[in-house]
Amino acid sequence: MSNSKETVSRTLIVALVLSIVFSVVVSTAAVVLRPAQIKNQNLDIKTNILSAAGMLPQGAGADEIEQVFAQFEVRLVDLETGDFVEPSSVNVQDPMKYDMYKAASDPGMSTSIPASEDMAGIKRRPNVAKVYTLSENGNLKRVVLPIHGYGLWSTLYGFMSLEGDLNTIEGLGFYAHAETPGLGGEVDNPRWKSQWVGKELYGEDKTEPQIRLIKGGVGANAADKEHKVDALSGATLTSRGVQQLVNYWMGDRGYAPFLKKLREGEV
Amino acid sequence: MAEVTAKQVLFEPIFSNNPIGLQILGICSALAVTTSMNVTIVMCLSVIAVTAFSNLAVSLVRTQIPGSIRIIVQMTIIASLVIVVDQILKAYAYEISKQLSVFVGLIITNCIVMGRAEGFAMKNGPWLSFLDGIGNGMGYSVMLLFVAFFRELLGAGSLFGVTLLSPVNEGGWYITNGLLLLPPSAFFIIGLAIWGLRTWMPEQVEEPDYKMSRHTHKEAF
Repeated sequence: MSNSKETVSRTLIVALVLSIVFSVVVSTAAVVLRPAQIKNQNLDIKTNILSAAGMLPQGAGADEIEQVFAQFEVRLVDLETGDFVEPSSVNVQDPMKYDMYKAASDPGMSTSIPASEDMAGIKRRPNVAKVYTLSENGNLKRVVLPIHGYGLWSTLYGFMSLEGDLNTIEGLGFYAHAETPGLGGEVDNPRWKSQWVGKELYGEDKTEPQIRLIKGGVGANAADKEHKVDALSGATLTSRGVQQLVNYWMGDRGYAPFLKKLREGEV
Repeated sequence: MAEVTAKQVLFEPIFSNNPIGLQILGICSALAVTTSMNVTIVMCLSVIAVTAFSNLAVSLVRTQIPGSIRIIVQMTIIASLVIVVDQILKAYAYEISKQLSVFVGLIITNCIVMGRAEGFAMKNGPWLSFLDGIGNGMGYSVMLLFVAFFRELLGAGSLFGVTLLSPVNEGGWYITNGLLLLPPSAFFIIGLAIWGLRTWMPEQVEEPDYKMSRHTHKEAF
């Protein structure tokens, strides 16, 4: 080996040139592909919302999804008061651009949840949530609410869709989680998810969510069967996580104030 | 090392010098991404692309790289290529890139890529190195597809997402083998594959490190 390439200056030059060349390559790729990636992410979220609401057409293309999704109105809700807020209050123009999960890690835009109340295991909750409403002829037909919480291995992110009475569940779906495939991962199983359809969140008093995931299936004559869902077999902790996160988000600390106002027509 | 031909570098890694089967490299991702065939194929294509192009790039600049920083130079090249692949997947195969999540990024740490860059591309011309990258990527792929075939078929009752054995929890008859969906099962399948490979090609069997000598003297009888 010649010594000419082992000098300090040579080493520095090679390192510098290499860094510049590859930073150009990497940043070009990132910049050029960015629009396609953002489009994919948005489409993915819309697909998941439609899927939770049971409105996803079979084998729909991107345009069709956009079209169906356009029926929804994207709105921001202050979770504390339950009122709609303007997008400007969270520094965005378009409510679709607001990221409530990013906000949850910003101390200025979120609240810490005391451990005793943190059923969903999420530690911080954003002050403002992004909800999707669908009205027909001025009547509220459905509301899709983002929910998340801890299962066994991972945080599950999903959507719950409620009918116009804001009590009957129309669908539930998780779009991101890392639960065990075949066990907790069965939260994605369409057969399991279909059980949620028609269940009722609240009891008579309409404040405290009553959802329970129980062992052994829900019989036709089971007491309170409108609140009960068969748990996932072999996935006790994922099931418990799902029960807790649904009850957390539909409870007082979550969407209950908003749903109450919406039900009484105050917002 | 004797002169190597293009055909050799391209095809030898598939069975006779398989990176997973013989060199036992790249096991970690073989456990992580083999639960379904679709995901596995995308992972394999990504690894083939990264090994091939990193080998090519390393080989092109091999005479310029000072020995003292050669590993970090290889790492930079590999890491950049992996980021590019990751970005492309996010743009054009979003669903699958979501399932692969961190494992695309972890191609950087795949021993096969680094091993080929250091072991082959530093000493050989660009064209051969490129082929060697493809060959080793394919060797990795063959093993991964083999593992994924059994894991998806017996673990979920489907192949490429198409249900073949209708599982009980969807109302069918097949009781899915949950173990096959968990990472340890890939160890068993890889182990069985290596056993099969070495029975077929006994020259791959390693010499034992030492032999137990016979028991020579008797004590206490």
